[in-house]
Amino acid sequence: MKVDILFFASLRETLGREKETAELPETVRTVGELRQWLAQRGGAWATALAPERAVRAARNHAMVPAGEPLQTGDEVAFFPPVTGG
Amino acid sequence: MSVSVQISDFDAGAEIAALRRDPSVGAIVTFVGTVRDINEGDSVSSLTLEHYPGMTEKALADIVGQARARWSLNAVRVIHRVGTLRALDQIVFVGVAGRHRGECFAACEFIMDYLKTQAPFWKKEATGRGERWVEARDSDDEAVRRWERG
Repeated sequence: MKVDILFFASLRETLGREKETAELPETVRTVGELRQWLAQRGGAWATALAPERAVRAARNHAMVPAGEPLQTGDEVAFFPPVTGG
Repeated sequence: MSVSVQISDFDAGAEIAALRRDPSVGAIVTFVGTVRDINEGDSVSSLTLEHYPGMTEKALADIVGQARARWSLNAVRVIHRVGTLRALDQIVFVGVAGRHRGECFAACEFIMDYLKTQAPFWKKEATGRGERWVEARDSDDEAVRRWERG
């Protein structure tokens, strides 16, 4: 399946990327699996998306837990804990 | 429109006047967040707010919806600014109008507590030691858990 992936704030800066469209292998079915798959790229990806790092995710504009299933055409965003207000 | 995300400043007085138009309103509680000139011991010269266009408005509307489901309110107004701001600048406005003050105080605090942990805004501050992203505070998560415990 194909999904749009967005990165915000410190994650966007660390990864040097704000958006990409990716064709996912069949083994990637959830938001958490997508994070692991991206971390496998190594380098800054492995560090910034490591399991112990506080990274939040949204699927189609709603915050979701790692187990959230993905569908083709989804917009998935990864970002650090929010700091507005 | 009860929720706005904007670069421009807002007029808190005009917002309060708008919340006061309904004659059944007996209480208006507001919160205004402003830019501090010091954070974590360093002087802050400016603050840049980034957000997630599309999700931000939805997240704020969802928080307002939760507050309205929890308390009987006449009107709610939320404004959050983005872009680069300086000390003394206004960042956020939350105004809640209702019949009595108790539910308005509670709803205003609830909206701010959820906004701080659920709405996709990120602050980057410019200090004498360079730029840095503001870290989320555990106390903000704890503030939300307090509401979840009821």
